[in-house]
Amino acid sequence: MNTKNAKTLPLIFMVVGALLTIYALILDFMKSTGELRGYILILGVILLILGIFKIPNKKHTKIVNMVFLFPMIFTFAVTVIIPFILGIVYSFTDWNGIQVTKFVGLSNYITMFKQSDYVYSFVITVIYTVINMILVNVVGFALALVCSSKIKGTSFFRSAYFLPNLIGGLVLGYVWQFIFNKVFTTVFAGSVSMLTNANLALLAILIVNTWQYAGYIMLIYLTGLQTVPKDVLEAAGVDGASAITTLFKIKMPMIANTFTVCIFLTLVNSFKQFDLNLAITNGAPSRIMGADIIQSTELLALNIYNTAIRKNNYALGQTKAVVFFIILAVVSLTQVAISKKKEVEL
Amino acid sequence: MRAQKIRNVVGTIVGFIIAFFILCPFFLVVINSAKTSADIVVSPITLPKNWAQMLTNFKGVINNTNFSYWSSFRSSMIITVVSLVLLTLFSSMAAWVLSRHHKEGWSNFIFMMFVAAMVIPFQVVMLPILTVFKNIGNFTGIQMLSSYKGVVFAYLGFGGSMSIFVLHGFIKGIPKELEEAAWIDGCSPEGTFFRVIMPLLRPVQMTVLILNGLWIWNDYLLPSIMLGLNGKIKTLPIAVSSFVGSYVKQWDLILSAAFLAMIPIVILFLVAQKQIIQGMVDGAIK
Repeated sequence: MNTKNAKTLPLIFMVVGALLTIYALILDFMKSTGELRGYILILGVILLILGIFKIPNKKHTKIVNMVFLFPMIFTFAVTVIIPFILGIVYSFTDWNGIQVTKFVGLSNYITMFKQSDYVYSFVITVIYTVINMILVNVVGFALALVCSSKIKGTSFFRSAYFLPNLIGGLVLGYVWQFIFNKVFTTVFAGSVSMLTNANLALLAILIVNTWQYAGYIMLIYLTGLQTVPKDVLEAAGVDGASAITTLFKIKMPMIANTFTVCIFLTLVNSFKQFDLNLAITNGAPSRIMGADIIQSTELLALNIYNTAIRKNNYALGQTKAVVFFIILAVVSLTQVAISKKKEVEL
Repeated sequence: MRAQKIRNVVGTIVGFIIAFFILCPFFLVVINSAKTSADIVVSPITLPKNWAQMLTNFKGVINNTNFSYWSSFRSSMIITVVSLVLLTLFSSMAAWVLSRHHKEGWSNFIFMMFVAAMVIPFQVVMLPILTVFKNIGNFTGIQMLSSYKGVVFAYLGFGGSMSIFVLHGFIKGIPKELEEAAWIDGCSPEGTFFRVIMPLLRPVQMTVLILNGLWIWNDYLLPSIMLGLNGKIKTLPIAVSSFVGSYVKQWDLILSAAFLAMIPIVILFLVAQKQIIQGMVDGAIK
């Protein structure tokens, strides 16, 4: 009796679920336009899964595995895998956001590298990434040293230095636009805003990014520094090593791994810089290069966005994004290779 | 000993000076949201004459149709909370299954897919995803664009990789004997997961919550693509940007808007400092 009951309800669920799903799909294929069919479909699929899940069965463990994996794999496939593959295909076509009329081979890739604004974006992004990586790591490490020293109030300092990292780059970008345009020009009376000069505007983004991101990198260095054994430091103190010698000869070599992590983290994040770029300069001011007028602070991510969304050139924007991905993938693979090599050495 | 003491005092002072400069932009936001536009032009660095001006500014900003603070706040809340709850639950389930079968080929393959996808920047998928969502909407009648459903769905897909990665590592460390004991006592696999494993996952779920929470709350690009800049649903970052777009150089109002947008997360940080810092560190190291 009991087992029979345990079977009836799941069976009803399965049958009703299957019927609803089929009904909704028929509506879909008949190109009905009702909003309701979507909800019928969702309800049907959920009932079907519940039914399969609840029915007593020898393969229950396998079913549980599948049901547990389903939500993540489904969303992942729809939002990442399928668009990713489509994206690569689109980069070889004349896609305009709605339809594809023909394959154009590599012509998008060729056009892209012929455009001076893209090449310019590429170059300044590389410059920006390298300088930013150095700045953020130096400042972050210095802050970590302050917070790991024996002074009072280190937990307050840690929180204070970290605070900018909590708030979104977009909001902070507008705040800093105000600071560069109004505050700095008041403090240094008579000076012109940094954001009106093509070179200084890039420096402005660097300053803000370092300010925002160094606190986060500091946290990672702090954790690294805590792993340096106390007795080693004490031994160095007994031997008469100065604070600077201890730093360069003991602490820094011992946390070499942390340096690798932080360097790659900042490389990837600087390369992907978008929010601050959009909010602080939005590419301005323009600069004249030969015959072209170029947005002087348009980093790659913003260039991709503008190409696709503002200029409505979907295929070209997508192609730029694919190249953007390839560069990031190469950087990440390098990191994996380096950390594997280190593991072997250890 | 005295030299050490002096050094400590100097160090503390240096620490405070750095903290002052790092926090300076926040002070500037606070003092300038209590000024009129004219006062800011006179001097953006002096204290405001009348703090009550802040309320006037806030009122103007909150009721502004481009910003509409409460409704943007609510949208941001709905998107963040729903995404986080589902993401934590689903990614725990998936990570559990994957890590319990980590010696088998299929599990390894799926796990590697998730890990490898962490390299994919949003830019590569942001345009095709619009096509995919539009087609899903046309075919099934479930509208994914300009709706909460689509944004939450996208965050599940994009947040999954990192969450599964972090959880997977943790679950591998939980002894299998625990589950076998529950199994012998007659517990079903799903019962074992919800009664035995889920409670053990709490610390690492905290990390997942914090990392994803900050990301989703502050994210601009994804919601701006899916919801549009002037759609019905606006998250706080979108509201700030559309407000700035319509009130160019009205710094008193822009800074008030920025202030209001920052407050929720600053309060959260003051309440849960330790957990947030710990979560950020754990996430970065794994």
